[in-house]
Amino acid sequence: MSVTRGPLPPPTRAEYCVIACADAWRGAGEILASPMGLIPSLGARLARLTFAPDLLLTDGEALLVRPDGTPEGWLPYRQHLTLVAGGRRHVMMGASQIDRYGNQNISCIGDWTRPRRQLLGVRGAPLNTLNNPTSYWIPRHSRRVFVERVDMVCGVGYDRAAELGSTARFHRIPRVVSDLGVFDFATPDRSMRLASLHPGVGVEQVREATGFALAVPDEVPYTREPTAKELRLIREELDPGGARAREVPEGARG
Amino acid sequence: MSDKTMTADEVVSRLRSGMTLGIGGWGSRRKPMALVRALLRSGIDDLTVVSYGGPEVGMLAAAGRIRKLVTAFVTLDSVPLEPHYRAARERGDFELTEVDEGMFLWGLHAAANRLPFLPVRAGVGSDVMRVNPGLRTVASPYEDGETFVAMPALRTDAALVHVNRADRLGNGQCLGPDPYFDDLFCEAADTAYVSCERLVDTAELTKQAAPQSLLLKRLSVTGVVEAPNGAHFTSCAPDYGRDEEFQQQYTATPWPEFAERFLGADEEAYRSAVRAWRREREQ
Repeated sequence: MSVTRGPLPPPTRAEYCVIACADAWRGAGEILASPMGLIPSLGARLARLTFAPDLLLTDGEALLVRPDGTPEGWLPYRQHLTLVAGGRRHVMMGASQIDRYGNQNISCIGDWTRPRRQLLGVRGAPLNTLNNPTSYWIPRHSRRVFVERVDMVCGVGYDRAAELGSTARFHRIPRVVSDLGVFDFATPDRSMRLASLHPGVGVEQVREATGFALAVPDEVPYTREPTAKELRLIREELDPGGARAREVPEGARG
Repeated sequence: MSDKTMTADEVVSRLRSGMTLGIGGWGSRRKPMALVRALLRSGIDDLTVVSYGGPEVGMLAAAGRIRKLVTAFVTLDSVPLEPHYRAARERGDFELTEVDEGMFLWGLHAAANRLPFLPVRAGVGSDVMRVNPGLRTVASPYEDGETFVAMPALRTDAALVHVNRADRLGNGQCLGPDPYFDDLFCEAADTAYVSCERLVDTAELTKQAAPQSLLLKRLSVTGVVEAPNGAHFTSCAPDYGRDEEFQQQYTATPWPEFAERFLGADEEAYRSAVRAWRREREQ
C-alpha cells in the first residue's frame, strides 16, 4: 500500500530560523555542536541528521548522544570546559544585548555595580569567544537586544578582539540568527551586516528593529528554503509537538 | 582510622562568620542543601561564597549571609533566573566577583595544586576585567608571547558538597553522570564536609559501581554527614531528579515566608514541612 503525501505546508518563520541555525554548523566537521535554546538545538540536530553527520551532540547534561538519544560518549562539565579551550566546538549562545561588533551581554542590565536587572551572569561567554567559534540566537529581534552599547561585555566582539593580538587568534563569530534574518561580520571593519532576510521580512523592518546602523548590501538574499526532507525531519522527528512555534510564533510580526 | 561521621549541626559548629565557603554542585544540581539549611539555621554570616551558583546562593543571599560572592552565574536551570539572588543583587546587598565558568575552574585547579594562579585564555577583552580590577594578566615566557589572565587560586576555608554514597572515613562516591567539580572544591579547601544520600561500608562502595565513581578521597574530607534527600530540591541523579514543583514554590514565595514555613528547627522539620506542603497540593 502506498501512502500519498499531500503537498507540504510552506515553511513557517520558526522553520526558517531552524534552517538558519542548522547552517551555522555546515562544514564544521567532527566537532561538538553546543546549541543553547530550543531552535538552535533543533538546528544542530537537523544538521547532524543531514549535511553534517560527523557533528557531536550532548544531551544537555554529561553525555554525548546520537540524535536518537543513544549515548556515545561522556562529557561532564569539567571536560566540556576543557574542550572549549581545545577549540573543537561551535557554540550558539543567547544574547540579552548585542552590539554592532558582536559584543554580547547575558550578565545584567544597567550599571554592573548596582544592576537594574540581574540576568544570568557571564557564564562561559568570555571563554567561548576567545577559544571556539561562537554564534548567537536571538528569538525576538528588537532595539532592546540589538543595542549601540552593551551594559556588560560577556562575549567578546570583533572590535575588542582586534586589540588582543595573538590572544584572540581563535576568535570568530560566524553568524547571528534572529527571528528576522541572519547576520554576519563580513565587512571591512567587522561590524554587523545583514546576510539574509527570512522570507516575509523587509530590510526596513530589520533596520527599525536594530539599535545601531546595520551594514546592508545592495542585494540582500533570502534565507534559503528548507528541503522537503528537512521540513519532514523538523515536523515529524525533531519537534512533532511544535514547540518551535512557541519560541518564534507565526504571524506575530511581518 | 578515624570515623568522620557527624551531624549537619556539628559541621556548622566548625564554621565561623567571615569564612570563605566553596559549595559544590552546579546550578540546581546536587547542591549540599541539607548542609546549607543547617547553615541558614545558624547565625553565621559575613560569608564569602564560591560557587557555580544555584538556590543555595539565592537562599544565603536572601537571608543576608553573604558578604561577597564569587561566581560565573546563578541559575535554577529549569528556571533560568534565580529570583531571590536577583532581588538581593539588585538591592546591592553583597559584593560580587563575577568570573567566567572556565576561569572559575582554573581557579579551583590552581587552589588544588597549591599554585597562586593559572593562566587562562578567557576574560581578556571582556568586561570581566573591568569589574575585577584586581585581575592581572601574564605573558607567555615562550616565543608565542601570548597574554593570558592569571586566574587567582580559589582557595577556601571550607567546602560543602553532596554525593550519593560515602563511607565513614570520608570516601565519597558520585553515581550520577556528572561529578561537577566537587573533588576540586574539597581539594581547594582547608576543610571539606561531605553530605551523602546513604552512608555505606567501604566494601559496599565498589560492589556494584565502577571505581571511577569514587570521586572524593578521604584525605581531602574532614567530615561526613548522612543526609537522605540532602540535595532536595535540587537534583541528585540517579537517586532522584529535581523537585520542579517545589522549586516553583521556592521561586514564587517571598524568602521570609519560605524560611518560616520550611526551614524549621532541623532537617526532619524541613522534610515534614515539605511533606505537609505536598499533601496540601494533592488535596
